[in-house]
Amino acid sequence: MKKIFLFMAVLGVFAATSPAAISDPATDLKNFQAFFKKKFPTVPFDEYSNGLYALPGFEAYKEQWTMYNEFPPFELGLAIGEKMWEKPFKNGKTYASCFKNGGKNIAQGYPYWDEATQKVRTAEMDLNACLKKNGEPEFTDLDKNQGARVKLAQLTAYFYSLSKGQRIKIDVSSPGSVKAYEEGKKFWWSRRGQLNFSCANCHMELAGKNFGGNQPLSAALGHTTAWPAQRLEWGRLETIHQRYKTCNKQVRAKPLKHGSEIYNHLQLYETYMSSGLPLTAPAMRN
Amino acid sequence: MTQHPRRTFLRNTLATAVLVAAGGTGLFSPPRALAAEWPKDAFTAKKLDEAISALFGSSATSPSASIKLKAPAQAENSAQVQIQVTAELPDVEAIAVFVEKNPSPLVAHASFSGAEGYFSARMKMAQTSDVYAVVKSGGKLYTAKQNIKVTVGGCGG
Amino acid sequence: MATDKQTKIRTKTHDGVTDVLVLVSHPMETGLRTDPKTKEKVPPHFIQKMSFFLNGKEVVSTDLSTAVSKDPLIGIKLKGAKPGAKLKVTWSDNKGESGSEETTIN
Repeated sequence: MKKIFLFMAVLGVFAATSPAAISDPATDLKNFQAFFKKKFPTVPFDEYSNGLYALPGFEAYKEQWTMYNEFPPFELGLAIGEKMWEKPFKNGKTYASCFKNGGKNIAQGYPYWDEATQKVRTAEMDLNACLKKNGEPEFTDLDKNQGARVKLAQLTAYFYSLSKGQRIKIDVSSPGSVKAYEEGKKFWWSRRGQLNFSCANCHMELAGKNFGGNQPLSAALGHTTAWPAQRLEWGRLETIHQRYKTCNKQVRAKPLKHGSEIYNHLQLYETYMSSGLPLTAPAMRN
Repeated sequence: MTQHPRRTFLRNTLATAVLVAAGGTGLFSPPRALAAEWPKDAFTAKKLDEAISALFGSSATSPSASIKLKAPAQAENSAQVQIQVTAELPDVEAIAVFVEKNPSPLVAHASFSGAEGYFSARMKMAQTSDVYAVVKSGGKLYTAKQNIKVTVGGCGG
Repeated sequence: MATDKQTKIRTKTHDGVTDVLVLVSHPMETGLRTDPKTKEKVPPHFIQKMSFFLNGKEVVSTDLSTAVSKDPLIGIKLKGAKPGAKLKVTWSDNKGESGSEETTIN
């Protein structure tokens, strides 16, 4: 498999769609989405929220995915998430009390830049903060404790499901948010790992192709819309940071920590690049 | 399988609880057992013909175009392959699904008493294989088959 | 430890036929998988029988195996089920565990 990549690198397949050094998020967004419109002219914009199954060449997989969705296994994890969301804390309050609008129709603004703490905050962080605020134990040790992480993924999935169909709208107007955005963007475009790939290499240039025969590559546009998601091969709902970790491992790069700042910044960048797309989370992804 | 006293107790208690709960609704009538025992021999048979024979008492089958299979030609994931079997035959008594190249070909078996001749399931496939639906209709056995390709491996995380 | 055991039913009636889909949370262990922590084979744990009762009468009886996917999905179709009819699904596995769920067809 290494041979294929070296070959392609030599071919200069990975020449630049990397953005100009001096740019602003709005311009980046315009170019990013235009790239995909040019690459896949037959794919309607909203379809990108269906991930791989939106792309030409995957009609057979889309048919299976459609059959699958008549009763997909993530409904089990989602039901667990719903139970967690509804269950009152010892003090009588529920998760809904921690969020605007009771948690409904707000997930399209996640992750967000929190001016007060000067940090990016994800839904997982806010859900944990809600537990802490109400004297309940948080979900911890998420890198090692799969049980805790999956429960958090199920709860986060339910949180996102309350905003299903809402179009992604991330605020990157403040200087602090732009700085975080730029860090995420840098991570996205940097090569890493033994295989020396960047996120852009696989999910922009090679989007729609098959990696070594059995790893079809999704388009970056629409990446975050389904998360927390259930990958076919995992048999469970998972967080997007878990996917970042396993994806880093796939190019033989050292995965970073679940909930690390750089993954938060990557998530901010990636989500912003899908601005305007409707949320489908939770969903089945390849 | 050795008898485990606690499990047997729990099983019987659960069974009783189910019966009691159902009885409470006033809708319960003792179910007519369509197929009493789990057909162990059929599920442990290693070859397709042996499995069909163990299940139905005979492996004499004839192909039928009235059995429609809906399944992918290339499965996206070998552990989650969905197949739908529609038997457009009169008086369908049973439908069974077999994956020829699985270590034990019989995947599932359904018996009907007043339901449509239809069965669907998500199943695991060990490798690319012909998948068979065997339908018992009017006392005879009919088959349809389809090949499903499976790519094992990949770079899963 | 019975944690998230769920049996979920979805039905859709059209032209006198009711499509029934059942999704059960169950590991359906084949007995071939090695536990990465203990390095031992995880013993088989799978649903063996699943039955469907319409207004108390068993209309479909299924025998399942380890070749059925984890969190199994099983689909059948009923004929002539009127709105208000009661559908009950029961299942039992090789370890003596069981589950059931009821729904009303609309």
